[in-house]
Amino acid sequence: MTMTHMDANSHAHGSRMIPPTAFAGGERPIAGAGLPEKISVRNLDFFYDGYRALKNISLPLYDRQVTAFIGPSGCGKSTLLRILNRMYDLYPKQVATGEVMLDGTNILSPKQDLNLLRARVGMVFQKPTPFPMSIYDNIAFGVRLYEKLSKADMDERIEFSLRRAALWDEVKDKLRQNGMSLSGGQQQRLCIARAIAVKPSVLLLDEPTSALDPISTAKCEELVDELRSDYCIAIVTHNMQQAARISNFTAFMYLGELIEFGNTEEIFTNPTKEKTSEYITGRFG
Amino acid sequence: MTMTNSATLAAPVGGLYHRRRITNKVALGLALGAAGFGLFWLVAILWTLLYNGLSSINIALFTENTPPPGGEGGLLNAIFGSVIMTTVATLVGTPIGVMAGTYLAEFGRNTKLAEVVRFINDVLLSAPSIMVGLFVYEVMVVRMGHFSAWAGAMALAVIVIPVVVRTTEDMLKLVPNSLREAAAALGAPQWKVITMVAFRAARNGMITGVLLAIARISGETAPLLFTALNNQFWSADMNAPMANLPVVIFQYAMSPYEDWRQLAWGGALLITVTILLLNIGARLLAGLGTTRK
Repeated sequence: MTMTHMDANSHAHGSRMIPPTAFAGGERPIAGAGLPEKISVRNLDFFYDGYRALKNISLPLYDRQVTAFIGPSGCGKSTLLRILNRMYDLYPKQVATGEVMLDGTNILSPKQDLNLLRARVGMVFQKPTPFPMSIYDNIAFGVRLYEKLSKADMDERIEFSLRRAALWDEVKDKLRQNGMSLSGGQQQRLCIARAIAVKPSVLLLDEPTSALDPISTAKCEELVDELRSDYCIAIVTHNMQQAARISNFTAFMYLGELIEFGNTEEIFTNPTKEKTSEYITGRFG
Repeated sequence: MTMTNSATLAAPVGGLYHRRRITNKVALGLALGAAGFGLFWLVAILWTLLYNGLSSINIALFTENTPPPGGEGGLLNAIFGSVIMTTVATLVGTPIGVMAGTYLAEFGRNTKLAEVVRFINDVLLSAPSIMVGLFVYEVMVVRMGHFSAWAGAMALAVIVIPVVVRTTEDMLKLVPNSLREAAAALGAPQWKVITMVAFRAARNGMITGVLLAIARISGETAPLLFTALNNQFWSADMNAPMANLPVVIFQYAMSPYEDWRQLAWGGALLITVTILLLNIGARLLAGLGTTRK
């Protein structure tokens, strides 16, 4: 059921992919204008037990583009990401107000089914979190939640996800081994495979490489580059080179506010705000 | 480094340093003495048990029922009764304990009800077992009009529950929240997050808790005195009094008959070895859980 629904979505957006560089140097205020907006955040505020952690955030997340969130620790990047799949709902006393439109419906609405939302908006966390089960079951876990697949179809889906996450060749002979026996970098790619397996249309990456060595980081970045053509990707990162390398759009946040949003190249070469240029040149943060 | 410096390092502040070294030695000596004192009695108990009990471990102990005074016999009916009642108590107590512990760790975090349940459970955990026996005596034995193995098993189950509740809650709390978030992020409803991910991560610890609960009840005497009583003969009827090791040991050890007292030693050794094995099993399992992380 969910699958047909998702297919309909991806059709709706079609292949209207415009290279972001086409807008470089153009009209600054409307970065990415003309691209299909997968997610539109409008006037978003967020409160941790009364403390206002996000202040009036508005920005678009374009389909089939990578948007990076940068900013010093505690500026609200992860908080914003955790609103996009309503992860914050797991905890009491956390409230979001405003609008977050995903394919035209407001996901902040109390009527939104959280489990279905999370199946459409996948998330990968800072620390690799393999489940204490086999590599195969790690991936099958999410798939089995919403789809009844035959053994052959499931095998195929697992191979597809592992290939997509560039992990297949390393684990194809030990799918029955415990997922926790893998190295940190492999575990993280397993988590990405797991997220892809349920066929989401949005991928949220919360500092996915901060716990990884440089080689695993490079692999993950290549992977993001690969996945860009099929998903709307949002990535939080502390590594500005990483943001510059892999994103099409960059949002700079500071103290719960969105300071600047724009084309990545523009943000890194010619930011309009003082604060942004101070941060990306390493003068604070 | 100059000469003066190394000199001050060797004896920083003279008298103070000397005093600390002596204090350290005294404290160490006292601690070692206390450990040795405790260990001595433990070894003494085990030695007495082995010395007196080993001679009565033979085939008859496991194949014959408890004898009348002066007769030949073993502990078959008592061993059977203990195994049956412990099994029933574990089967009844474990699911209740696991579910209550899951409520405390997963659903009831920071709620008033969970606080109350946790407090009552802690009281139950340290309640004297003789009170549990009295309670089941009032509730079951008096109403049914006779002692029975069911009542014995229920009394033991009441002791199992708080142990399992406590370990289940503790073990689930050790499961990192990031694992729950990861499962929820795939669209898993809470009950699936708990049963398929949290339980799996905490499995070894939870089994350890059940093993410790079994070890605890396999030696309980007081709750059985009021409930299952004892039975001189073979009985597999859960509605009738049933023989069991702890009560047989209690009665035989205090009897004037030498052969009965000998059987009591054998039974005591049997229980001790069983509990020892259960504890070793629990330790191995718990160790397995930590090394796999």
